[in-house]
Amino acid sequence: MTAYVIRRLLLMVPVAFLVTVIVFALVRLSPGDPVLVYAGEERDPVSLDALRKAYGLDQPMPVQYAVWIGHAVQGDLGRSLRTTQPVREAILERVPATLLLGGTALLLSISVALVVGTLSAVKPNSPLDLLATGFTLAGVSLPNFFLGLILILLFSLVVRVFPPGGYVAIAADPGDALRHLVLPAITLATASMAVNVRQVRSSLLDVFGQEYIRTARAKGLGETRVVFRHALKNALIPVVTIIGLQIGAIIEGAIITETIFFWPGVGRLAVDSIGGRDYPVVQAIVLLSALSFMASTLVVDLLYATLDPRISFSGSRA
Amino acid sequence: MIWYARRHPRILVGGTLVLLLVLVALLAPVLAPYDPTVVQMSVSLDPPSSAHWLGTDDLGRDVLSRTIWGSRISLSVGLIAVAIGLGVGVSLGLVAGYLGGLVDLLAMRVIDALLAFPALILAISITAALGPQLQNAMIAIGVVAIPLYTRLTRGQVLAAREREYVLAARTIGASARRIVLRHIFPNITNPLVVQATLSIAFAILAEATLSFLGLGAQPPTPTWGADINYSQRYLANLKWWMSVGPGVGIFLAVFAFNYFGDALRDALDPRLRRAG
Repeated sequence: MTAYVIRRLLLMVPVAFLVTVIVFALVRLSPGDPVLVYAGEERDPVSLDALRKAYGLDQPMPVQYAVWIGHAVQGDLGRSLRTTQPVREAILERVPATLLLGGTALLLSISVALVVGTLSAVKPNSPLDLLATGFTLAGVSLPNFFLGLILILLFSLVVRVFPPGGYVAIAADPGDALRHLVLPAITLATASMAVNVRQVRSSLLDVFGQEYIRTARAKGLGETRVVFRHALKNALIPVVTIIGLQIGAIIEGAIITETIFFWPGVGRLAVDSIGGRDYPVVQAIVLLSALSFMASTLVVDLLYATLDPRISFSGSRA
Repeated sequence: MIWYARRHPRILVGGTLVLLLVLVALLAPVLAPYDPTVVQMSVSLDPPSSAHWLGTDDLGRDVLSRTIWGSRISLSVGLIAVAIGLGVGVSLGLVAGYLGGLVDLLAMRVIDALLAFPALILAISITAALGPQLQNAMIAIGVVAIPLYTRLTRGQVLAAREREYVLAARTIGASARRIVLRHIFPNITNPLVVQATLSIAFAILAEATLSFLGLGAQPPTPTWGADINYSQRYLANLKWWMSVGPGVGIFLAVFAFNYFGDALRDALDPRLRRAG
């Protein structure tokens, strides 16, 4: 196991290096002189030269990369071009809102998926199963910005049950915070819920076909016990994988939902920064989302190896 | 053909949906009742009526016509982005898988790095970096799709490389190029077709998202994502109809390709049935 963990960590090093190079290069991809990005309205050649020096843009590319990454690993991600606030601070401020929304959506998605997925696997082709299958197909095809707008229209404008947007901290007013959370959480949860229902259903069906389940039934165990004690435990291994990856992709999921619902999280910050050409912030968020995605992939791989004894640690993994 | 459709009714349904979508896009000039970009202030913000089935937007443009024309952007981005991903990804996978060694090692680390980014974040940042334009959105979505094809192809090549027909080809002195292109590639097309179909669904959704964020085709070009974003400002006045056409458009297009891809997977590649 230790050898596997070390091997897996070592494999991450070149990938993490390439990831930082890509993030660094993305900003430099922008057509035109990079100094203009930092200069705002300034076009005077002398001040541009000064700016170029100040930001180290007169240095060769590898040096610039080394300086940038040197600061980044110490947590210094530069300053926002729009607000001059340190990027780290700007992101950390918005993390709680994103975690609240992402966490709630994930809980919603998992609990619905477990219940609906199990019920439809237990009785395949029942009306509920057909409904659930229809929902999973529809859920992955419905763009979440359209879903969000429909929900706002129906539940905040036609019937005024929930506010159309905004964020209230739980500490400030728990009731109001929850009311603000409902619509964005449903919007964010729908797509992953569809994927999870489908995954729970199909891996349960897989397990139902296996011999140890037949054995459990043959020795006279009740169906409830077979499902919960024998089948579900094994069926959930692939589900854990998918959920782990969804946790890692929390920022990605939040981008659209936070934008529609004026939710002051990291995703909305990303969209605002792209619009305002605030490259240090964009760069930092892209880096952060890639690193958290990588970390969750790692955790999932390790968890998978622990949960499923059939997976050998020494096995060659391409 | 008929026999095939009878055996796989879902392919027939999915294929028909996709075909209808393609027809709508091709026949947009004939089908659309109005010019999608002509401003006519006298009918500004009209609700659905017999003259304008899906109503009009604030500039009096016909929503139905914009929705129909919007299918062209979505479909062409879907097809071109997937063509980029398929072309680059498959070539890389063939080379890496067949040559192995250092080439494989380096290529796969780059692919791993691309996979380390959440797909949408990568697409958004590439488009933002290159500049908000339709062609950049296509490139970005294409780049995001590359790793899928490289991994798929490489895996298949690694498996095929050990098979007897490849050994036989090598024995009679066929070149590496000939073995890869004439012997291995034709044997791995089925999973590629399935993946490509599903990728088109992803690409259409990604394009809609990018253009919703203002990173796709620029106004006044009718695109579903941007039109929904635009409609947002009239939502508070309950002018709901502006977003219905494009929203349903995205849904149907993505649904059609997802459904068709699923059906193809079940029919062409039973081994993959459980995956994804």
